[in-house]
Amino acid sequence: MTTLDARPTIAAEAPDNYLTFRRGLISWLFTLDHKRIGVMYLAAVLVSFFVGGVMALLVRTKLLFPGQVEWMTAEQYNKAFTLHGAIMVFLVIIPSIPAALGNFVLPIMLGAKDVAFPRLNLFSFYLWVFGAICAVWSLIAGGFDTGWTFYTPYSTTSQAGGVIPVLVGVFILGFSSIFTGVNFIVTIHKLRPPGMTWFRMPLFLWAVYATAIIQVLATPVLGITVALLVIERAFNIGIFDPSMGGDPVLFQHFFWFYSHPAVYIMILPGMGIISEIIAVHSHRHIFGFRFIAFSSIAIAIFSFLVWGHHMFTSGQSGLMNVLFSAITFSVAIPSAVKVFNWLATLYKGSISLNTSMLYGLSFIFLFTIGGLTGIPLAVLSTDIHLHDTYYVVAHFHYVMMGSALIAMIGGLHHWWPKMFGVMYSEFWGKIACALVFIGFNLTFFTQFMMGSQGMPRRYYSYDQLEGMAETFRIYHHLSTGGSYIMALGFVITGIYLIHSLFAGKKAPANPWGGASLEWQCTSPPPHDNFSKTPRVGDCYDFSAVHWDEKQQGYVVDADAHVAAASSGKGH
Amino acid sequence: MSHAHSDASHDAHGHHGHGDHAKYPFLAHHFDTPNQQFESGKLGMWVFLATEVLFFGALFVMYAIMRFKNPEVFSYASNYLDTILGGVNTCVLILSSLTMAVGVRAAQTNKKGLLVTCLALTLAGAIGFLVIKYFEYSHKFHLNLKWGIAFYQPVDESDAALVKVPPEPVANPVLAIAAPNPSAGAKTDPIVPLPAVDRSAIAPPKAGPDGVATVALVEKAQEPAHLKPQAEDHLLDPVMPPNTHKFFAIYYIMTGLHGIHVLIGVGVIGWLLVMAMRGAYSSDYFTPVDLVGLYWHVVDLVWIFLFPLFYLIH
Repeated sequence: MTTLDARPTIAAEAPDNYLTFRRGLISWLFTLDHKRIGVMYLAAVLVSFFVGGVMALLVRTKLLFPGQVEWMTAEQYNKAFTLHGAIMVFLVIIPSIPAALGNFVLPIMLGAKDVAFPRLNLFSFYLWVFGAICAVWSLIAGGFDTGWTFYTPYSTTSQAGGVIPVLVGVFILGFSSIFTGVNFIVTIHKLRPPGMTWFRMPLFLWAVYATAIIQVLATPVLGITVALLVIERAFNIGIFDPSMGGDPVLFQHFFWFYSHPAVYIMILPGMGIISEIIAVHSHRHIFGFRFIAFSSIAIAIFSFLVWGHHMFTSGQSGLMNVLFSAITFSVAIPSAVKVFNWLATLYKGSISLNTSMLYGLSFIFLFTIGGLTGIPLAVLSTDIHLHDTYYVVAHFHYVMMGSALIAMIGGLHHWWPKMFGVMYSEFWGKIACALVFIGFNLTFFTQFMMGSQGMPRRYYSYDQLEGMAETFRIYHHLSTGGSYIMALGFVITGIYLIHSLFAGKKAPANPWGGASLEWQCTSPPPHDNFSKTPRVGDCYDFSAVHWDEKQQGYVVDADAHVAAASSGKGH
Repeated sequence: MSHAHSDASHDAHGHHGHGDHAKYPFLAHHFDTPNQQFESGKLGMWVFLATEVLFFGALFVMYAIMRFKNPEVFSYASNYLDTILGGVNTCVLILSSLTMAVGVRAAQTNKKGLLVTCLALTLAGAIGFLVIKYFEYSHKFHLNLKWGIAFYQPVDESDAALVKVPPEPVANPVLAIAAPNPSAGAKTDPIVPLPAVDRSAIAPPKAGPDGVATVALVEKAQEPAHLKPQAEDHLLDPVMPPNTHKFFAIYYIMTGLHGIHVLIGVGVIGWLLVMAMRGAYSSDYFTPVDLVGLYWHVVDLVWIFLFPLFYLIH
């Protein structure tokens, strides 16, 4: 039996792992094992990602043509981009890293047997499923065309039949997110084994912890807001509906009070993954551990204070605009702290340019563009011009997709051998990553260009004004072409990952040379994660990690590792 | 922060560390000690209650904004609420919180009889609260003090001629804002849409809360004598300010959401009562009683804010 004291060997693998511990569909549907719940989340999120991606491709394909097309009316176009946005935000990005990858690795990285409340964990997964069912119900009821932001008064008067069902879905998904957050906060506080102090915790856990705080404190406001919107739409009670004396801007305040922090719910766990990927694959101690850790908390705090920057043109008072603009700038500080620390970690590192690392480097590149292009949007004067143009679309796709989702895909590659015990094809991984990177930039960089020239977002056609089609057609064509390249990259990714499940090489316990606890249990992990309470060293100290030819993987010399940490050789 | 367990306990238990698990059947496999499990449950409950506070917090913020914009509506419509029933309900809830607290202590000190009594009393308080609330709601429904358009529908068809029925909700409210009814804001119109002010271009009005209530309405609000309802039927009341339906909208939403929480409380306290009668709780294991107690106190606390904010205006 493998223990953590001895060097784990493939031959001495645990007799069963979480995949083979019990068999049958029922054992999955009623499992309380965080790893299985994480895998179910992963499958569900990836299916939603596929659906949301198809919607995006439909929207992009329509935009190849400036005017009317027969196969998609303006109304269908509105529904397609709304569905794309709502699926990607509520069903994909928000649960992707914390609920899918986080559920799987968080307890293992922490050295715990499970999350604090396994039943609640399964319950949040089923809440997610019910939320997704509501989205399907909404489609059957006629879809919704409000944009994923559900702005009043349009959302209270829209003729589309599926508005209330999708709002119910968002409400339920909110509770799924809250319960995941509660679970993670308690797990990190109470289930750390001896020796796992806050400053020995991997940065991914710091990031997920900061995320959980936002999930717990911001999501209830979204819940009550969409509940009020449902009541408003059903009964015209006069809270948001101006024809009944309500205030539609109040809805925007409530909505963004959640949804701006939600942006950080999406990006913070991604940043956590990047901290892991950069350190492990450059085999170098992370630079500025405490700075990265506290910048996660700082971002979580700032996230609650900047929601007004979505409403610079909604009729806020000038003073509020100035305050929100100023606070928005300050978000750049913790974000830049992270980027500089990652770059400093890479410096003189022994970098393995494998697929995960390529995604990690893509993240740094794309996140920097996404972050810097946010500055003109935080500046009041330029925002008036750029508001509701493709510039905004490009900006948040660089952050949401180019950063959060790329980090998720990177993390998926990073932990794939751990999750399923198989290695995927590095060759195809690198090709797919390159396609995604090139396709992404082609899709969205052109959108910066057309947005700054005034192409409004969400428009079905762009031939209303003379010269409009000539100006924007080339950008739309490039953008759509880029989206096809990106789609090809994701299709290849799907193929080689699924192929690896059946024909992949068996993964060693530690294929990359990581030193955090998840690399010290077998791949895939045993049902109880650790047969013995693990001994905790410095998770970024790679001095005791050695390549073992026999296992074709790395091994951590636990004694030396723990000794190095206790002698203060770490940070 | 605190580690409820030590290295020693792990080493002693060796491979599976199930010493405590054999001793305490309620201890879940991923916890090492009962105390760790208790502490986790307690922290989880507190974090969940933080989300509850935010849940209601958003509604309190909405209340503050609406009252700031339409103070006359709140001081007028509050007269329709029954302070006596509300006050009785406040006492009922506070007493039930007391019996809950005593019940938690009883569970900790192994006093099963006292625990069962206290839980039964708490349950009676929760149900009593809902019964009183039911009478309050049904009385208002009877008077047609409802939300939205229903507020303006006459109770008695014969009154229909006397009542000013508001126009149908405008098909396109955006246009309605751009070109409001010229009589909007006049005393006779029951629903006043937001005025047509592009606030990014035009300076806010010098007086009055940011152009939402007109100056005349604010002045009217400062004269309490006008704000007493002067007719039995609110639709026939000449002093009823515009947009009074908004007060009842937020009243039903906030007290309704609180009522749902009380209803959930009835469910979980009832379950505790059954389990307590079976002798499930002792000084070793009283986590559920403790956690439900915390929940119940928060529900109680929310009402303590709701009562003065709705019933005790002026």
